[in-house]
Amino acid sequence: MSPDPETASVLPDPATGRVLPDPATDRAGHGAEGDGVKRAAPAARPPRRPSDGLGRAIARMAAWRAAFAAPLLLAVTAGMFALAKASPFDPVRQYLGDRAVVTDPAVAERIRANWGLDRPVLEQYATWLGNLLRGDLGESRSLHLPVGQVIAERLPWTLLATSAAIVLMLAGSLVAGTVAARRRGSWLDRFITGGALANEAAPVFWLGLLAISVFSVRLGWLPAGGLTDAASATVELGDLAAHMVLPVTVLAVSQSSWLVLYVRESVSGVLREDFVTGARARGLRERTVLVRHALRSALLPFLTLLGARVPELVTGAILVETVFSWPGVASASVQAALAVDFPLLAALTLLGTLAVVGGNLLADIAYTIADPRVRTLGVG
Amino acid sequence: MRLARRLAALFVTSGLLAGACSAPSAGPAAPAGGTFVIGLGSEFDTLSPVMGYAPDGGSLIYEGLMSREPDLSLTPAVAAAPPTVSADGLTVTFTLRDGVRFHDGRPLTGADVEYTYEAVLDGDNDSPIRGDYAAIETVDAPDPRTVVFTLAHPYAPLAQRATLGIVPSGDPLTGDRPVGSGPYRFVSRTPGDKIVLEANRDYRAGPPALSRLVLAFAEDDNVRATRMSAGEFDAVILPPKAAARFEGRPDVTVHEVPSADYRGIMFPLGRPVTGDRTVRRALGLAVDRQAMVDVVLAGAGTPAFGPVSPDTAWHNPAVTGVPDGDPEAARRLLQEDGWIPGEDGVRAKDGVRAAFTLMYPAGDSLRKELALAVASDAKAIGVDVRLAGLDWDAIEPRMSTDALIMGYGSPYDPDYVTYELFHSSYARRGFFNPGGYDDPEADRLLETGRRSADPAVRRRAYLDFQKIVHDEEVWTYLVFLKHVYVIRGRYEGVRPGVEAHEHATGGLFRDIHTWKPAA
Repeated sequence: MSPDPETASVLPDPATGRVLPDPATDRAGHGAEGDGVKRAAPAARPPRRPSDGLGRAIARMAAWRAAFAAPLLLAVTAGMFALAKASPFDPVRQYLGDRAVVTDPAVAERIRANWGLDRPVLEQYATWLGNLLRGDLGESRSLHLPVGQVIAERLPWTLLATSAAIVLMLAGSLVAGTVAARRRGSWLDRFITGGALANEAAPVFWLGLLAISVFSVRLGWLPAGGLTDAASATVELGDLAAHMVLPVTVLAVSQSSWLVLYVRESVSGVLREDFVTGARARGLRERTVLVRHALRSALLPFLTLLGARVPELVTGAILVETVFSWPGVASASVQAALAVDFPLLAALTLLGTLAVVGGNLLADIAYTIADPRVRTLGVG
Repeated sequence: MRLARRLAALFVTSGLLAGACSAPSAGPAAPAGGTFVIGLGSEFDTLSPVMGYAPDGGSLIYEGLMSREPDLSLTPAVAAAPPTVSADGLTVTFTLRDGVRFHDGRPLTGADVEYTYEAVLDGDNDSPIRGDYAAIETVDAPDPRTVVFTLAHPYAPLAQRATLGIVPSGDPLTGDRPVGSGPYRFVSRTPGDKIVLEANRDYRAGPPALSRLVLAFAEDDNVRATRMSAGEFDAVILPPKAAARFEGRPDVTVHEVPSADYRGIMFPLGRPVTGDRTVRRALGLAVDRQAMVDVVLAGAGTPAFGPVSPDTAWHNPAVTGVPDGDPEAARRLLQEDGWIPGEDGVRAKDGVRAAFTLMYPAGDSLRKELALAVASDAKAIGVDVRLAGLDWDAIEPRMSTDALIMGYGSPYDPDYVTYELFHSSYARRGFFNPGGYDDPEADRLLETGRRSADPAVRRRAYLDFQKIVHDEEVWTYLVFLKHVYVIRGRYEGVRPGVEAHEHATGGLFRDIHTWKPAA
């Protein structure tokens, strides 16, 4: 089987591939860490060292993305407003909840007027946008709290769970993918590949419910949901960790299929490259060849892929937080959508879009740091 | 390996950042064994009384001017005595108890009461309960221990409305860090998860025996039942079917508490079939309420024949019927009035088929099952009831043309909601009186009940009113629900009383501060 075209196009050709373990990359890395290194030996270096362009390349990329993000955010929030307006649910009735049927119609109308819901949708949007530019996100109607406060209370929990899931996902799929590539065609490879494909087909919420049913209900090993035990008043580390295991694992597993398959494909492609054959011919240990040569080259496209997975991660987080009653922003967005809570929904949509744009930017920056050719060739 | 290390650093840093942001706010540590965990089905929208948190009392954090005993009688709480009402019924004066303090030490004065009620009445605050206090024109605190309510019209239930929790003057209305004067003080809240309260040691009636309460939220009924079984909860509110597994277990007590929370059929009175009194009365005779209680409610309910709970003092004993229905009498009634069965078994009169649509909110499985039972009972007497499970937004515009399974009911005062549901001034206004009931005599009785200060006059008015509504079969009432609580262990001081529809905040737990573990 030949390496698939996408892998081949990103991977170095054998000649440049050998450059990677070269000290040049290491110098570039140090340069990125501080100007001190650069100033230590200014005259000894040629002016067009790859690292000189690093800061500039990143800055240029960030500027481009920011310029791109502004109209994108505008379009996304406008779309959100249009959709919310088209929703058949009446926000005032959702706000009143059970009391909707015992509330004087005049009171309901007053609330509607206070929120400006009787205004044209464009005017509502303009008002919201104006407040946003002044830093006022408004007040969540369903939670009766300022939107900024809702996000501040919940965002840390989402960041905690998703960053733990990313780490787990990275580590797990690197190991599984490399093992599968190394033993290509073995029963272990088939197990990993088959498992990844089956996992890709399984919806996240189903996976979550399955995990609850097996590990919480059947075996009783782990709590089924929440942040801490019901009886505890404070957040203690051990308690929190026990509650994190299931949601984090489910989120990581649900997002890892693509990565496992990609790493496997990528590593097995690199393993056939001349520089790997050369390394083996020089008598290097198989482990060194695999980890230091093959995996290292295979990692680059992996970074791009990771950035592209951020939207899926956001969606996954929404489902996982809902299934496991995790009090993060993602589960709040479900509540906000169900309650037609415009201010909260708009802010969370904004946040989700920012996460995707920021995730892509981070991936590209990491790529720039990792691969000197990206900045020297000016791929930004 | 530098690349890998750099990547690792990237992610570890982001993880640490997240960890640093989420450092938990430290609260006082839980005393060993002193925590009582209550499993509730829905999270409170807010913890501010102004924004609609527990206006009928039972909030535990707050106290109102008055509070309610299990037998529904009112006792002074923040007020020193029941209010004095002026001769014209337009001025109601409360004197406050001396030495009441909020949890943060501030004294509770008339200014706080004034602030609370004015915040509710201010249209800019979007308070969902504002309509309930519409009779109040102004609230004044001439001195720290006196509060004077000036009313737009005489309003007998004002003392009942005075159970609204008092918030400190000037506090924000978000209910974010709630401060009240009740038996429990707020400790922490994890949105979507739980609220932690601890005993207020300085409570005016002495510190509660249960020193720490956790109100944990779990929406799914089965999840709540499972967590109760697993010992995670000490008490839980459950629907009757989910509570069945706890019956007969020695370590728990199952309390079935009567409520004034009814379900019934609202008829659009301007339509040919549902506007015909004979058809309505036949339907009221035909439905087998006892079967609904036994099957749909798993026994946790009682048949309903009118809007006032038989467990309250306002109930008219003459408003009653046959619990398991009398389809034979229903058929006779229809036959005598000229509703003759057609070929398809459905009766008709003057070319009009005895058929109508009965709507129910699609997400409410209880109302759906009741609607199904009604349709099958109606079929047996030759009335064709077509069902439509719809969303509330689809139901609202159709309420004046199609019948609807509705639920209301409050045990506190017969004026509550009943006035709006049956008074002609509210005819076809939103969810109030959507059927368009308009009867001058009923209007007069409702007004008398609302305005009179004499309990005997009020009682007479409501007794007569119930009789009219029953004779006219304006609604067909089906069942009163019972609320089911499961409590682990034995406690003294658990005093069930008739409950309202809204019972998560109060209900059986409304006086949990007086509970003591049984020896």
